[in-house]
Amino acid sequence: MFPPRLFQLISYSVASATDSSVIRLSDLRLDDARALLEHDPSSELPSPEASPAVYMQTILDALCELSLRDPLTGLSNRRHFNHLLNREIESVARSGESVLLLIMDIDHFKKVNDTYGHHAGDLVLQAVSKCLEACVRPMDTVSRFGGEEFAAILPNCPSSFGPVVAERIREAVAALAITVSPSETIQVTISIGGAYAPEWVRSTIELWTERADEQLYRAKSAGRNRVFIEEQRGVAVSADEKGMLFGHLLFGDPASGGVAGDASSSAVADSEMNRAN
Amino acid sequence: MSEVSNPPQDAVVEPTLALKSRSKVIAVTSGKGGVGKTFVSANLASALAKRGLRVLVLDADLGLANLDVVLNLYPKITLHDVFTGKSKLEDAIYKAPGGFSVLLAGSGMVEYSRLAPEVRDDFLRIMETLVPNYDIVLLDTGAGISDVVLFAVSMASEVLLVATPEPTALTDAYATIKVLGAQQKRQSIRVVINQVARTGDGTAITTQLQQVLDRFVNKDSEHPLKLIHMGDIPADPAVRQAIMKRQLLAQSDPGCAAALAITQLASKVESAVIKHGA
Repeated sequence: MFPPRLFQLISYSVASATDSSVIRLSDLRLDDARALLEHDPSSELPSPEASPAVYMQTILDALCELSLRDPLTGLSNRRHFNHLLNREIESVARSGESVLLLIMDIDHFKKVNDTYGHHAGDLVLQAVSKCLEACVRPMDTVSRFGGEEFAAILPNCPSSFGPVVAERIREAVAALAITVSPSETIQVTISIGGAYAPEWVRSTIELWTERADEQLYRAKSAGRNRVFIEEQRGVAVSADEKGMLFGHLLFGDPASGGVAGDASSSAVADSEMNRAN
Repeated sequence: MSEVSNPPQDAVVEPTLALKSRSKVIAVTSGKGGVGKTFVSANLASALAKRGLRVLVLDADLGLANLDVVLNLYPKITLHDVFTGKSKLEDAIYKAPGGFSVLLAGSGMVEYSRLAPEVRDDFLRIMETLVPNYDIVLLDTGAGISDVVLFAVSMASEVLLVATPEPTALTDAYATIKVLGAQQKRQSIRVVINQVARTGDGTAITTQLQQVLDRFVNKDSEHPLKLIHMGDIPADPAVRQAIMKRQLLAQSDPGCAAALAITQLASKVESAVIKHGA
């Protein structure tokens, strides 16, 4: 998952054992790393004797994995999420693609902890995480932002789809029956705020999340278990307006006399081929 | 239970450039990226320079890859460096092949949820210093209607909107026109349609845009918004060749249909904007 150059560096060093700049496993203090990974069932370390390079690489990969995931829920953690968010910002700035950021917060989560205990709280976080991941496409990323707060990036999400997806998430969470003990099943709700990246403009993580947070705040203030999404600028064109705007493409062009269907569609094709600004 | 909410409407940007400077500034904008806005700016600038005018193109688009690619010009110093005190303003102004000057905004232009007053002031101060040295300043804004674009447009007396006949480009152009009318109380916007298949298509499109505006926007408005058609630029293979060669049309194929259209556009811009404004 992480830098291949580092791998090359180490495997090179390990291979040329006569070089004085070589890294010897015995010189490294790997105890802390090993101890960390022993508690993580997903990483099984190979024997250091067989191949020191493979051993080091496995440790590095496992540490990277640990540093990017939230241990309780398995979701991306905030560090990983910010990395992905930055990448989206760069891509939107050039492509103008419509990307939605959702910030979601479980309603009255403190009450769950206070009433049923922290273990129940953890179970709720895990159940909600699973549910969130199931509600979005594989290309979307869900992250645990911290506490009972989650975030999701939805690339290539047209403005008309955003509210639909967020509403689906809200309903799915509300419908969850979470078993927290043999005798108790509880339900929670979630409040969702969303904001699109400004198209063609390079945003920042702070500004973008701030805008989504503002909407989350509105959802909370309006009574929770709600979705608020900032209206995307530049889409304030109604279906009626569009209909009239493209009437000439469908019914012939009054200004030029003839039936413009064919000519206009060839104009569209040309304009796509010629794109180069 | 889901609700769509409007963003805060405090982003209305009032023109703040002194009138004398403002009258020389034309914002070149487009609802959508990829319609040839930067290509039009650069070639229009070259055609205006050929008419003996001192022209500056200020690239307020964060996509600084555009203008330099079109012009085969790679400025190292940008307005961003001037803002941050790293460079002097005069060092950031480059001579472009077409005989006009170029100043790139650089990575300074990012999202400002509420455009910081100090950035605005910096920008205005620089504009006030720059504009007197030129007869005309083309402000190549980013695409879309971000606060940065609206701010850039607010510094201009005239707006030249570039669109193509493509449906998404027209929709975005229409949305931009609406926003400029509503937020900046503009009464006229000049339109150029790029990449038209036949002569007259662009006029028809501008007419169509005007009709939709009249029906949906102007009917309740005390200040009806008027579109002024400034010309069509034909879809022309010479354009692609010029872009591939990273040259202006005036260099690569001065006699081609698109180049002639841009020459006509320059003459219209000069008489409409400069003589009128002076």
